[in-house]
Amino acid sequence: MVYRLPILGNTCILWLYLLLDRLLMKKVTILTLAFCAGFSIMCFELLGGRLLAPYFGSSVYVWGSIITVFMLALSIGYLTGGKLSLFRPSLRKYAIIFILSAISIMPTIFFSEAIMDWVFELVEDPRYGSLLASTLLFLVPTAVMGMVAPYSVRILTESKDSSGQTAGFLYFVSTLGSAIGTIVTSFYLVLWLEIDQILWLTFSLMLVAGIAAFGISYTRSMQSIKLENCV
Amino acid sequence: MKYLFGFLLLFCFCSNLSARTIHKERSIYRNIVIVEQNNKRCMRFETRRRSVSNQACINLQDQDKLVFEYTQSLMAGLAFNPSPKRILIIGLGGGTLPKTFAKILPQTEVVSVEIDPAVAKLAKKYFYYEENDKTQTAIKDGRVYIKRALKKQQTFDWIILDAFNGDYIPEHLLTVEFLTEAKSLLVPGGLLSANTFNGSRLYDYESVTYQSVFKELQILHSVTKGNRIIFACNCEKLSSKINVDQQLKTALVPFGVDLDSLVKRLSSKIDWDTSVPPLTDQFSPANLLNQ
Repeated sequence: MVYRLPILGNTCILWLYLLLDRLLMKKVTILTLAFCAGFSIMCFELLGGRLLAPYFGSSVYVWGSIITVFMLALSIGYLTGGKLSLFRPSLRKYAIIFILSAISIMPTIFFSEAIMDWVFELVEDPRYGSLLASTLLFLVPTAVMGMVAPYSVRILTESKDSSGQTAGFLYFVSTLGSAIGTIVTSFYLVLWLEIDQILWLTFSLMLVAGIAAFGISYTRSMQSIKLENCV
Repeated sequence: MKYLFGFLLLFCFCSNLSARTIHKERSIYRNIVIVEQNNKRCMRFETRRRSVSNQACINLQDQDKLVFEYTQSLMAGLAFNPSPKRILIIGLGGGTLPKTFAKILPQTEVVSVEIDPAVAKLAKKYFYYEENDKTQTAIKDGRVYIKRALKKQQTFDWIILDAFNGDYIPEHLLTVEFLTEAKSLLVPGGLLSANTFNGSRLYDYESVTYQSVFKELQILHSVTKGNRIIFACNCEKLSSKINVDQQLKTALVPFGVDLDSLVKRLSSKIDWDTSVPPLTDQFSPANLLNQ
């Protein structure tokens, strides 16, 4: 009894230390995932122009349609992501957002031609044609990717005082991801890979991000069980 | 070095002096200027760079004369078919080509597709381009026009692709899928010509792309500049169709075109690396390759 106490104490200190380490790891992981989401959004947007060009040309209004739909989708994503973070936020739900966004890219890979054929038949004016096609192809996946940012803020925020700083740093990381996604896609990826291959790359990135988020949520729950035992 | 710089500066100053800007037009794509210089009136895209390239020019003293070597070279297409009924031109510019066709082939219907409404407006205002029941203009993207025309089951005897300028290539107009669509729009035996540029890695890719759709290519390399005209057809053997019509040959003289010498310079030699992949809608980094 006499000897066991300090050992128990030491174990608790070790666990506390590990917990701190895990917290840092959690933070880094979430920032990395937000970076991946930012990267994927812009990579996807740039490919949008490539996808639409054979049907609607590459005029300024085609880019206008694409950017409009992406901005609209992100605004919807921010709104829903923020709302969702009110209801028992967890890393598992966060992981689900990533996995959903990966899945929502798949219709673009498989059905983009069929969808654009249909729109091309339906709408003669390439302005509204490209707007409709962009909406059908990009609205849902981009909105889901947009949910990542506000949800990340919720998970990372530790106190009211630091919430602004947390949000600012998250925007910094995810927008940096967007910048890098843009340059890498337009300078190199289109030279090395086919459009569908790049889309699969985005899909894999989001899927792996989702699995990673699940991973840390699992190790975190293990952590809390052991900590409960020692307290 | 100092002298060279001074000379260059002087040269630019002088050339700017003699090129008189007579009009500037705002456009959703690139602002356009009309300049006059040495009895020539030219259309340029506004740029801050030193090197300017003319998009279209007319000789003010002799309006029939084709100013650019490439427009003259394009007329070699008439050696493959001296009387096309319907011609489609992608890229109007100053309207030089449709104007020439209206004069030498008055029965031929010529449709020009131009993406920029400002270019079409200036062609009419400063380059004497006129529309009528035989000469028509469509303000559309070239690819979109061809896709719609296919749906309406239209056909053309000759399609001329002239949508590329030296520094930017519309990538969706240089893919296997696009050329296949253009080929389907041609009547059996119909002709396709394209004005393209050499001098970069793109040369190999572009050649392979045309080759994969059309098999046999006849190419007319420019004597003075770094471009070439590619001729291809919706037929088995293009070279067997070459035949210089004497009447047409005479009719082309006022335009500065020597049909015989053009035909002699046609070459089917494959001088590109055939191992590169063709450009497709999935893989079309044309502008990145053109550096």
